[in-house]
Amino acid sequence: MAAVHGDLHGHGHDEHIPSGIMRWVKTTNHKDIGTMYLWFAFTMFLVGGTLAMGIRAELYQPGIQILEPELFNQFTTLHGLIMVFGAIMPAFVGFANWQVPMMIGAPDMAFARMNNWSFWLLPVAASLLIASFFVPGGAAAGGWTFYPPLSTQGGLGVDMMIFAVHILGASSIMGAINIITTILNMRAPGMKLMDMPLFVWTWLITAYLLVLVMPVLAGTVTMLLTDRHFGTSFFNAAGGGDPVLFQHIFWFFGHPEVYIMILPSFGIVSEVIPTFSRKPLFGYSSMVYATASIAILSCFVWAHHMFTAGMPTVGQLFFMYATMLIAVPTGVKVFNWTATMWRGSMTFETPMLFSIGFIFLFVIGGFSGVICAIVPIDIQVQDTYYVIAHFHYVLVSGSLFAIFAGAYYWIPKWTGRMYNETLGKWHFWLSMFFFNLTFFVQHFLGLAGMPRRVPDYALQFADFNKISSIGAFGFGLTQLLFLYIMISCIRSGEKAPEKPWDGATTLEWTHLPTPAPYHSFVTPPVINK
Amino acid sequence: MSSKSIVTLAGVSALALYSSMAVGSKYNLPEPQSVIAKDIYDQHIVLMWICLVIFIGVFGVMFYSVLKHRKSLGYKAANFHHSTSVEIAWTVIPCLILVAMAWPATKTVIAMKDTSEPEITIKATGYQWMWGYDYLQGDGEGISFYSKLSTPRAQIENKEAKGENYLLEVDNNVVVPVGKKVRMIITANDVIHAWWVPALGIKQDAIPGFIRDTWFTADTPGIYRGQCAELCGKDHGYMPIVVEVLSDEDYAQWVSNQMEKSAAASESAIVDVDEG
Repeated sequence: MAAVHGDLHGHGHDEHIPSGIMRWVKTTNHKDIGTMYLWFAFTMFLVGGTLAMGIRAELYQPGIQILEPELFNQFTTLHGLIMVFGAIMPAFVGFANWQVPMMIGAPDMAFARMNNWSFWLLPVAASLLIASFFVPGGAAAGGWTFYPPLSTQGGLGVDMMIFAVHILGASSIMGAINIITTILNMRAPGMKLMDMPLFVWTWLITAYLLVLVMPVLAGTVTMLLTDRHFGTSFFNAAGGGDPVLFQHIFWFFGHPEVYIMILPSFGIVSEVIPTFSRKPLFGYSSMVYATASIAILSCFVWAHHMFTAGMPTVGQLFFMYATMLIAVPTGVKVFNWTATMWRGSMTFETPMLFSIGFIFLFVIGGFSGVICAIVPIDIQVQDTYYVIAHFHYVLVSGSLFAIFAGAYYWIPKWTGRMYNETLGKWHFWLSMFFFNLTFFVQHFLGLAGMPRRVPDYALQFADFNKISSIGAFGFGLTQLLFLYIMISCIRSGEKAPEKPWDGATTLEWTHLPTPAPYHSFVTPPVINK
Repeated sequence: MSSKSIVTLAGVSALALYSSMAVGSKYNLPEPQSVIAKDIYDQHIVLMWICLVIFIGVFGVMFYSVLKHRKSLGYKAANFHHSTSVEIAWTVIPCLILVAMAWPATKTVIAMKDTSEPEITIKATGYQWMWGYDYLQGDGEGISFYSKLSTPRAQIENKEAKGENYLLEVDNNVVVPVGKKVRMIITANDVIHAWWVPALGIKQDAIPGFIRDTWFTADTPGIYRGQCAELCGKDHGYMPIVVEVLSDEDYAQWVSNQMEKSAAASESAIVDVDEG
């Protein structure tokens, strides 16, 4: 199809697209690799979602019904790992693959073969994680944070998880280096850093965070591995180590990781809101500075996950103040989005709905974040359902809603076909309703004293758990609607106009035909400022 | 009415329903029973009000814009894209609000950390899956016992009706006198656990090989229930904590009962040794 349209710049390049399975195995094309990342992420989303359905089914009522406690712990552990490393992160790398070259006017990613390798590591790691359910002793059951000494106790499943984390880390580091190099070296002539679309900026900063913290994670899981098998005692007090050391190292990775999963969402939303407001993004440079400040601050707040682990007063106060400070740049972003919408000429197609839903619910997650930052209150809510509610508000209605917004926004460019707008809106409103039904009540469960990671609970928590489970089943089913919408769009959607969103201003909409040709920007575009 | 507005209405009314259920019911933090728990409760309420005001402010503006600045109403887009003074204002004002939030929290943190001059010191040790208690100092010094879940297995497996304190009941309560400063020394024997009693406002991880401490002074006699708050393996959900707060006289009585029991136990042990 792409060959028929040709490139607007008419470079006369042969548009040969290989066919069959080997196209995907051997591809070095950023669009093919982006597609694979996105499908992989969605598959993992369904796997992690299935585990979540198991968790909510067990918690539907008090007592043990379908999952024995040990299996329940395996479900919660793998749900977390799969959603973080298998669904959210690869989805954003998929967007980066598709969009970064097209938005900066580059022909492809800088390291095309490494790009192929970074993707194909993922299915290996995912297979290890899923297969670990079927080995003796079952999957890792120490939570996605796998704190020792509990994680030192597990069986083969824990080793498979450690190996999977190593592989995923290698994949992420390669992906990040590729993105950094592409953005810094392959921008169209004339495009300065401060001319880049915000999605590219947020990914540049995210990629630096990844390069900074993924090796730290690799280090800590390696220490765990040697503690398990080679007689070291990094985390074992009996041998002179300290279990809390693990928590410090893990969260030095883990907190920037939180922002790795949200900064690209900020980028997507910052593209979508101006397009559908038909008005330039308010405070572009303050958006860039806010993103950078969030990334830098995120490296100094890790111990706020450990307020109950025991720390000197000065330590608790430092991490409380630093954490609260993050609210400032995050607030700036929310105000900027609001100001972008103010006196715009708005329409509310599905990408815009998901973006507004994102801001609305992300702010609720931000508020509960500030509340968790206050040490005395955190002492009460740490490791309760309040925290579960908090991070699902930022990860599901944050990251995931932004991913949906991005998918609906760019699918016409990627496929040359339109999705069904009515069904898209249904997907949004059903997701919005069921999401809140699932997670809003969990704030109350946490405040009332329900700990997280328990397969069974006291009777006063029964009502809200039932509501939450019903919401979760609804939310899960709603995502199958997304699958249907996407497949029917790709297969038989109406032909998309050249520029379906009249407010779009970035290069992929202004300088490329729809659908984008297999090889785009073989000749760099001319940037007129 | 369009399907969209019905869905919105349903969503909003569901949220309103939950919120009304939460006000003044058991779906807030539990009623505080110590100075620290009271501080936490009050700060949480203040923060909720601050959040609510900001929420209404931000989304009031946003939803006004969503309703009025629509292409379908023929609204023409403006073209402004920055304003230095506004941007400085919305950076500085949140900083001031944060300072106002941090001030009382700082005072509470300092108070929470002050474990000096306790009247009673109790060591709690986490095991997979129960708690052990040793009274180290003050009235009751020398008392030592384990505390395990007392909910019958059959209730968990749904073979019997669940009791009122399902999963929140133990064989031996930790007993303390009312109005006395109790210092808790917390550690663990195998993996990390956490000792948490919400009504008393304390939660402290129990780290194997290390000791941590915290304190509380219970305001009124009663029974306060909590649970292990750090994933510690298979039966993490089944190692509750029950603190029984007694008046001074009742506490003295309990101590002498415990002393007699342990004296009887050690005597019979001596007899066993003699006979053996």
